[in-house]
Amino acid sequence: MNGVASYNFAYLDEQTKRMIRRAILKAVAIPGYQVPFSSREMPMPYGWGTGGVQVTASIIGQNDVLKVIDQGADDTTNAVSIRAFFAKVANVATTTHTADATIIQTRHRIPERKLEAGQILVYQVPIPEPLRFLEPRETETRKMHALEEYGLMHVKLYEDIARHGRIATTYAYPVKVEGRYVMDPSPTPKFDNPKMHRSQALQLFGAGREHRIYAVPPFTDVVSLDFEDHPFEIQHFEAPCALCGAEGVYLDEVILDDRGGHMFVCSDTDHCEERRQAGHVGDQGMREAAE
Amino acid sequence: MFNAGFADPVHDAQQAFRAILDALARPGTTHALASAQEKIGTISADLSSVMLTVTDHDTPIWLSPNLLNDITRQAIGFHAGAPITSDPAQAMFAFIEGALPSLDQFNLGTQDYPDRSTTLVVALPALEGGSELILRGPGIEDHWHISPQGLPDDFVTQWSANRDLFPRGVDMLLVSGGKVMGLPRTVRIGEAH
Repeated sequence: MNGVASYNFAYLDEQTKRMIRRAILKAVAIPGYQVPFSSREMPMPYGWGTGGVQVTASIIGQNDVLKVIDQGADDTTNAVSIRAFFAKVANVATTTHTADATIIQTRHRIPERKLEAGQILVYQVPIPEPLRFLEPRETETRKMHALEEYGLMHVKLYEDIARHGRIATTYAYPVKVEGRYVMDPSPTPKFDNPKMHRSQALQLFGAGREHRIYAVPPFTDVVSLDFEDHPFEIQHFEAPCALCGAEGVYLDEVILDDRGGHMFVCSDTDHCEERRQAGHVGDQGMREAAE
Repeated sequence: MFNAGFADPVHDAQQAFRAILDALARPGTTHALASAQEKIGTISADLSSVMLTVTDHDTPIWLSPNLLNDITRQAIGFHAGAPITSDPAQAMFAFIEGALPSLDQFNLGTQDYPDRSTTLVVALPALEGGSELILRGPGIEDHWHISPQGLPDDFVTQWSANRDLFPRGVDMLLVSGGKVMGLPRTVRIGEAH
């Protein structure tokens, strides 16, 4: 039975899938609004993407091709185990190529390659409530969303400016969706925020521990909060990727030795590999090839 | 006495769900529902397909009066297990064939919990060939034309009132001929002139 015999297809039972599917449909109809759902215990700890896994399990079908990334990388523990999980319980095809995937589950990055219509990006979300660190009470944050009362968030950003001279928030940077709900884009670097704006792909967000699902349909306005005199800006990197020479991509710092040696490489491993295969070489990549 | 539900309950439900999801994510586009199966009681195969996909014992449903009969009640109890309510304001899903009741009698959700509103599933004679409507909003790059048949004359006015309630309001799935089209509450509908 291809290893799926012990479980229902995609692990979850059908009643659970229906419940999650209903939450997803309402989430799509109310972009940016966090729909409560009855999150299940998953065979992995909270913080390992139980929300994203439940969303993926509820939408995935036999013909889907799944890609899973963790901080942009296809080959880190979280990504490898979730990919193996679905290969086992749903017997679906998996890939590391962004272009080949129909569903991409992600922990905190959006692939560099522009997503296409028909692709679904599933985010693993730790804390879905953007106002939570400003107001711990759920009753209050719910009221604030209901009344569209987001002054507190602007005060927070303003305090950043007062203290640091600029908006110091660099990840989980709050966005306003379709001019209505303020939403936490999950702890993606703010570098990725512009990719959410009017993306052709459907974006689904699952927070397992916090029991929330929310969504951004394709072609939906996603605007990062800012001020006229302190407009939103993404990170810029001084040097291109050391391996593939890519510019305008998000880079990770890799420590090379204990004498301060380091290099910056693409956080999106698939993007980096594809560029290198196409013949692009960065500073250190060249040296590696010459050795 | 009961007809079969989905031929393959797990994968057909998944396929139908993705059709509904795509339909709501890209308003106005049509998507094929799961492979044809026997209908539930006397309600249409399209409505049956959506009912099997999204309803169960957790979801009170409302049926338009012309769909309500003993065979259908029993079949719904057997296949979906969804409680049937006579109050549209209590329904999580409403299954409708024939005249569309006014939208404001359904559950419109609350400002705190807009997700608690009713989703209307409406069987129409056809999803094209009717008078042309123009859609705009999330999920649509710029605008999109649809021409479903069988919507009431004042539909655009009713929908506009529904749209003004945002984030409250009902969502609609239009079904016909094995296909589903979604009208989430975010969509703005205008008449083409």
